[in-house]
Amino acid sequence: MKSRTQRKLFIVFVLAGITLAGYLTYRALQENMLYFFSPTQVAAGEAPQRTFRLGGMVVDGSLKREPGTLNVSFVVTDNVHSVPVKYDQLLPDLFREGAGAVIIGRLNDNGEFVGEQVLAKHDENYMPPEVADALEKARAAQGQ
Amino acid sequence: MIPEFGQLALALALCLALVQGIVPLVGAALGRVEWMALARPAAAGQFVFVAIAFGVLVYAFLSDDFSVLFVAQHSNSALPVFYKATAAWGGHEGSMLLWIAVLAVWTMAVAAGSRSQPQEFASRVLGVLGIVSAGVIAFAFITSNPFTRLVPTPADGNDLNPLLQDPGMIFHPPTLYVGYVGMAVPFAFAVAALLTGRLDKDWARWTRPWTIVAWLFLTAGITLGSWWAYYELGWGGWWFWDPVENSSFMPWLMATALLHSLAVTERRGIFKSWTVLLAIAAFSLSLLGTFLTRAGVLISVHAFASDPTRGLFILGLLGLFSGGGLLLYAVRARHLEAEGGFKVMSRETFLLANNILLVIGAFVVLLGTLAPLIIEALGLGKISVGPPYFNLMFLLPTLPLVALIGVGMHTGWRTMPGDALVRRLRMPAIAAVVVGVIVPFVFFETASVLTVLAVSIALWVCVSSLLDPARRIVFRTGAPMTRGQVGMCLAHFGVGVFMLGATVASAYNFERDFSARPGEQIEAGGYEFVFNGVREVQGPNFVAAEGDIELRSDGELLSLLKPQVRTYQVQTQPMTEAAIDTNLARDVFVALGEPLGNDAWSIRLRVKPLITFLWLGAGLMALGGLVAITDRRYRVAARQTDRSPAQTAAGTA
Repeated sequence: MKSRTQRKLFIVFVLAGITLAGYLTYRALQENMLYFFSPTQVAAGEAPQRTFRLGGMVVDGSLKREPGTLNVSFVVTDNVHSVPVKYDQLLPDLFREGAGAVIIGRLNDNGEFVGEQVLAKHDENYMPPEVADALEKARAAQGQ
Repeated sequence: MIPEFGQLALALALCLALVQGIVPLVGAALGRVEWMALARPAAAGQFVFVAIAFGVLVYAFLSDDFSVLFVAQHSNSALPVFYKATAAWGGHEGSMLLWIAVLAVWTMAVAAGSRSQPQEFASRVLGVLGIVSAGVIAFAFITSNPFTRLVPTPADGNDLNPLLQDPGMIFHPPTLYVGYVGMAVPFAFAVAALLTGRLDKDWARWTRPWTIVAWLFLTAGITLGSWWAYYELGWGGWWFWDPVENSSFMPWLMATALLHSLAVTERRGIFKSWTVLLAIAAFSLSLLGTFLTRAGVLISVHAFASDPTRGLFILGLLGLFSGGGLLLYAVRARHLEAEGGFKVMSRETFLLANNILLVIGAFVVLLGTLAPLIIEALGLGKISVGPPYFNLMFLLPTLPLVALIGVGMHTGWRTMPGDALVRRLRMPAIAAVVVGVIVPFVFFETASVLTVLAVSIALWVCVSSLLDPARRIVFRTGAPMTRGQVGMCLAHFGVGVFMLGATVASAYNFERDFSARPGEQIEAGGYEFVFNGVREVQGPNFVAAEGDIELRSDGELLSLLKPQVRTYQVQTQPMTEAAIDTNLARDVFVALGEPLGNDAWSIRLRVKPLITFLWLGAGLMALGGLVAITDRRYRVAARQTDRSPAQTAAGTA
């Protein structure tokens, strides 16, 4: 036999549990959210100090490699502003100059973007929607 | 002319699907036997025309008919014949046709297997399947017709995406679809039960084998996809929490919950509402998965072409089917009465815990998958949710879930004295924890608390699953086990093996990129790698740079690894073919990057201990399902409820 108080206590515990679980889920989600910023936003100083995603077109002829090492640098642009990127791992198969790319990483003190991961796993005709959007916005802003 | 026949066949299939969907359902409502009897012939007819349409598409690929837009986009005359056939599902339109074909096969199987069930019920099940089929065929017809012509006809096709030119492409999509689409069957059974008002132990016994079959294909399909990404595509990991992966994983979690809930409904006649809700949820998540994959709304490695009309149409179907199912549930659920109760210390409680934890797991994955959509819709920016969220949040319900498997299996139905359970499981549990603490330190020298915990739990499930079979086989005591029980032990053992592999492969994964000149030796991950340079090799429709790397341990040559970077002739994108040296204890994975200048090449090296256990464990889960459906009671049950036994000879196939 459950008394009334016992039942109330049970409900309070369940609600407290759900609230706690919800809060923890929210925190975990928030900590792992990676926001997207375009080169224009980075130039305007809107980008945070923490890790984020940078996307745009890789500028033709900007890909430079330190001979014999994995260190590369290239420039990502939305045709209005550009951001230099440094990277020291294998570039994915579909990474090309003149194509869209999204890079996860953070800004260093010299205003360079230090990449941790370059995303270019989609097929070559495919443009990451965020990059397409960023290019579109930059074009519109320039036209004004 | 032939592609037009395909289109015509698809149109006729749509008409028959509508007949199959509407007439038997109306007939069942009005009690008209001859209307209900139309369900099976209509289903058979639909199957024939869908098969013709699918055959025509495959023929168009095999005969290089580039006047068909879909063929021109996804094939090429130089493509090996094998891949020409599988290219039929290498793009959106074709894979929707595969979806339809798989549903037609399921419908035929259900039509054949339900002859022993009351006609009113069976015709409602087939009717619901007909409506689902009609919806999806209409979708294909209106937004994604695979037979659309291309004028003028190009001289040659655009070729199949090199990523898809792989044996994995033959098995992964169809297997996955059989599981994914198969969720429509328990959904149809649930809706039919709500319509009939009959949801009892018999109903659960009819539904369960179908659910197990769908589940085991889903398990196999997801595993094949993961294996394919790891071995062939050279992505180097086995799970990325990519939206498309998640959209097959969420139905899997729901299907797993449904299997366990059905077990309770079948044995005890309780958890009825819950079972029905899970059946609706599993199918809804399958459709949501189709939406996420096909509408291109999320950034994904799979990202197919995006088209808003397609997305809206699938959302409409999702709303219709799950909304309809839930509405029916709201109206009819109060008729579902529990046929008994249970004590806290009973198998029912453990299965309830299993269900709650699985649903929490599915919810967490759903939240992480949809968060980018929700946040963008609210105008709060463009985000993506990183794997750490999923790794952490999914682990929280999974650890207790897996730990409880080992206890729940040994708990009796209705009630069980706690001290008997403790006495039975004390020694195996202590043994698993002791070994779980010792093993990581002995083999890998370091271990985190989480690793020790996960390894202990994994070993605990393995040991616990083997208790009953061992008692039976080695000591010849205890009651003989049914196939159902053997299947259960096998699948749960698989869960333990899987978890062991997943934990160790993630915790002790070695991964680094190097630059190397010919003749250079790299020491990494406990091995020596000697790089002997790169040469050019010619494939059927590609050229490749092939690296030559000796894998050595303490100077002794273990194997010669030849990773490639391929460039396909038509679609010029490069493709990495990793080289892997596999044994039970570990995989050594080598991928070739690109020339770095000064003769140097970039090389990616990985050592993944126990990763083979991961595939093995998943395989054992699917095998367990296969063994379970051969249980005598499903065949006996089919015969018992039938009026004329002679009719059912072919019934329960």
